[in-house]
Amino acid sequence: MKHLLSTRDLDRDTAIQLLDIAEDMAATQQREVKKLPTLRGKTVVNLFFEDSTRTRISFEAAAKRLSADVINFSAKGSSVSKGESLQDTAQTLEAIGADVIVIRHGSSGAPKVLAESGWIAASVLNAGDGTHEHPTQALLDAFTLRRRIHGDASRGAALDGITVLIVGDILHSRVARSNVWLLSTLGAEVTLVGPPTLIPHGIDGWPVTVAFDLDAAIADTDPDAVMMLRVQTERMHDAYFPSTREYASLWGLTAARFAALPERAVVMHPGPMNRGFEIASVAADSARSTVREQVANGVSTRMAALYLTATGGAA
Amino acid sequence: MAARTVLQQADITRALTRIAHEILEANKGSAGLVLLGIPTRGVELAERLAALITAFAASSDESVDGRPSPVPFGALDVTMYRDDLARHPTRSPSPTRIPAGGIDGKTVVLVDDVLFSGRTIRSALDAIADHGRPAAVRLAVLVDRGHRELPIRPDYVGKNLPSATSERINVLLTGTDGIDAVTIEDTSRDAPAAPDPDEAITDPADTQSTEEATR
Repeated sequence: MKHLLSTRDLDRDTAIQLLDIAEDMAATQQREVKKLPTLRGKTVVNLFFEDSTRTRISFEAAAKRLSADVINFSAKGSSVSKGESLQDTAQTLEAIGADVIVIRHGSSGAPKVLAESGWIAASVLNAGDGTHEHPTQALLDAFTLRRRIHGDASRGAALDGITVLIVGDILHSRVARSNVWLLSTLGAEVTLVGPPTLIPHGIDGWPVTVAFDLDAAIADTDPDAVMMLRVQTERMHDAYFPSTREYASLWGLTAARFAALPERAVVMHPGPMNRGFEIASVAADSARSTVREQVANGVSTRMAALYLTATGGAA
Repeated sequence: MAARTVLQQADITRALTRIAHEILEANKGSAGLVLLGIPTRGVELAERLAALITAFAASSDESVDGRPSPVPFGALDVTMYRDDLARHPTRSPSPTRIPAGGIDGKTVVLVDDVLFSGRTIRSALDAIADHGRPAAVRLAVLVDRGHRELPIRPDYVGKNLPSATSERINVLLTGTDGIDAVTIEDTSRDAPAAPDPDEAITDPADTQSTEEATR
């Protein structure tokens, strides 16, 4: 695997292989010496055109645990603000010796352009592009879910027959898109729930069910997992819903809705959370919440993604 | 595909039995021993050796205070420590299982099926260092086929099998393959226009079913 650009074109075997390698990486994180020599001498550049805390730190930790050299680059305070193009920036990074470029960009498709334009020979990992995809987030979500469901028997397992509700701002969410493709590839049944204004056009082609009433969806699907999405107000230039209070009461995971969930259901959130808005604290801090697990698993999953893209040469 | 069988089931059992006795003799008993197999087939060999050593230690006179505890064994994956990751198609790692007692201060016996270039063992030594500090590390292999590229030698050998680099040595074990056998085949003759013998030896499609003969 040379690049990791989306989960849509990830086949089932590759997805399971990635999750299995993440299991091995997670096992090494329990040791006294957490560092592996695997990517010694390789350079990983985190090229971030958009703000990020957890994804960038997670990639940085993952690369360092594999002994790679890490260069962090954020567009603010760089030559990008002087008008440098993506091509020139990428070629500069390659001239410095980048073997892997982890890119987050506000425009959908920017990582694909970088990977397929022939500008650079480095591997490209998509760390979130516009409203398109965020594949490593979906992989860590699937990894977290698989561990919660299969426990120690996770290796080699998929998510067949698991029902997942993805709730909230589907329209702006690359996390939702990546999860839709990955979870359905792994055999899960996905239902998207949100206000009609935040459900994207052209959703008919997605392998999902769409619902607008969260209470009814919980009752109908009896979900194994509820994934709450952050309402991305920074991308909202229109009034998508009347008020935050109305959104919270209709599509938020309130204490009452949390109590109505099946006993086995886990609560997921990619972070950062807007407490009291899309998720109530009682749900976010409960034992069934996987929010902190997701962050920890993010490092193992990204180690697996870096390993798969940065090794394996020409053949 | 003229594969010639060089070791039968009885030969393998005999070799493992002898190695088990040699380990007991050199270690003066089974105390402090930990057997770590290198995936895939080294793991099964380590398990079988551990069972043999446990049985022989129990039957000997030195265990006056009842039955000695079973010799711990585990698996040590070395994929992440290899020096050829950039030169080959991506390898999937296998789980590492270190016995509950750990390896600090123990005598670790590394177990692999075929010893070839020695690079796998070099990786394994690095991997061990990340798990603890054993008192000593020994090496037991079922087949030593020569062609070392590093200053590494085995302490216990089932069978020395001088070979040409163009030959492939297959180790088959009951637990993994349903049969105990070691076969040797010449890949130089039937390789489909193989450009160079190195490629024939490390053909990725075959690495699962053959020795870790990586160069």
